[in-house]
Amino acid sequence: MSKKILLNSKEIHIILHRLACQLIENHNNFENTVLIGIQPRGIYLAERLVSILKEDYNISNVKLGQLDITFYRDDFRRRGEPIEANKTNINFIVEDKNVVFIDDVLYSGRSIRAALTAIQSFGRPIDIELLVLIDRRFSRHLPIQPNYRGRQVDVINEERVTVNWKEKDGKDAVYIINN
Amino acid sequence: MSQLSVQHLLGIKHLKRSDIDLIFETADHFKEVINRPIKKVPSLRDITIANLFFENSTRTKLSFELAEKRLSADVINFSANQSSVKKGETLIDTANNILSMKVDLIVMRHSNVGACDFLSKHVDAKIVNAGDGTHEHPTQALLDSYSIREKLGDVAGKKVVIVGDILHSRVALSNIYALKLQGAEVKVCGPKTLIPKYIESLGVGIECNIKKALEWCDVANVLRVQNERMAINYFPSTREYSQLFGINKQLLDSLNKKIVIMHPGPINRGVELTSDVADSGQSIILNQVENGVAIRMAVIYLLAQQIERHKQ
Repeated sequence: MSKKILLNSKEIHIILHRLACQLIENHNNFENTVLIGIQPRGIYLAERLVSILKEDYNISNVKLGQLDITFYRDDFRRRGEPIEANKTNINFIVEDKNVVFIDDVLYSGRSIRAALTAIQSFGRPIDIELLVLIDRRFSRHLPIQPNYRGRQVDVINEERVTVNWKEKDGKDAVYIINN
Repeated sequence: MSQLSVQHLLGIKHLKRSDIDLIFETADHFKEVINRPIKKVPSLRDITIANLFFENSTRTKLSFELAEKRLSADVINFSANQSSVKKGETLIDTANNILSMKVDLIVMRHSNVGACDFLSKHVDAKIVNAGDGTHEHPTQALLDSYSIREKLGDVAGKKVVIVGDILHSRVALSNIYALKLQGAEVKVCGPKTLIPKYIESLGVGIECNIKKALEWCDVANVLRVQNERMAINYFPSTREYSQLFGINKQLLDSLNKKIVIMHPGPINRGVELTSDVADSGQSIILNQVENGVAIRMAVIYLLAQQIERHKQ
């Protein structure tokens, strides 16, 4: 197994600030916008972006939710191992809101497809955008593209992209792992 | 490990502690789902479920059907009193005919003990026992324990008394297995004629005085007097039963603590519980009904996870 670092913590820091600024350009004071972190790993990116918006740009009223897509996946009974559910926590209305999905890695696009179905259980948003830290651009199974991307990478299918977060894994880093 | 250790849900007796924890954890997620504006998930859209009710039921059947529909499964229903069973068809023939229609999972209630176990050995489908005679009613016991956990934080260490007709009750037996497995202390309380002789071998105490039983417990799970299962008279009169084993407001107020009142329904109001007790703040009867849907969604979801795709 080989492990190659793609982004270090300084690069991630710069990218997160850029993504936060791009969100502000499009959503101004976030009055009609809600951010949704996709479980399990998108929530760390979403929380980080919210804290940047709050601390560096004084936007304090950003609504942040967590969406679990387990029951909406299209690979139920098609995977070797059972799928474990995570927590959904959306205590606001998404009806008539601009929703921004936030996930760490965009790969096949199937998680986002499931998230698009799942969010309908909470109402009908005006529009939905997608923000990802890493876009594996040649791996898509579905016609889904991000509106905001941290870094685009070309990775072959045998390789895995892993995002580590300070809060969860001890330090910020993105690795390409070859099994 | 997030998979059940069993292939069918035939009874609590076959489950491990980790299975119960997994079912509860999954039910937590489904409880969140059923409180959303749109209470449905698409997980089981390629699964067909047959509800075979050879014995009358209202809430269990509705609860299962709702759980199945909220998971997006296709559902077919069967009631014995309107079917070819009346013409003499055997259980295996009935089940095999239904399975020929490509059914993946069967939820069955039957008046004979072991009917689900028997069927599981003869047909190629997942079986969920929705009550077999006086034997087991596993989903009811799971939802009862889940409701206790929700109300009191944990089942382990809690004192639970099961009041009423223990002899004819599948709810009592499944509850005893489930509660003991999770580390609760269990006593039964009822007329001696309605307490089976073997009960103490399950690690369960007997208390024939309702006041003493209630003083001891944290939770009273009160069962219905099953007149339909009694071929002979086990106690002199319903009036005497309600005086000796019925729970009323006065009795509850005489305890120096607030115990939790449960009942699997349907209640014979004025017999097992008076209305002011059934509708009081101490009663979690309606929570049990709500939790029933989440628990049944969890059980069906976890069993469906094991169904191989090539069967389709």
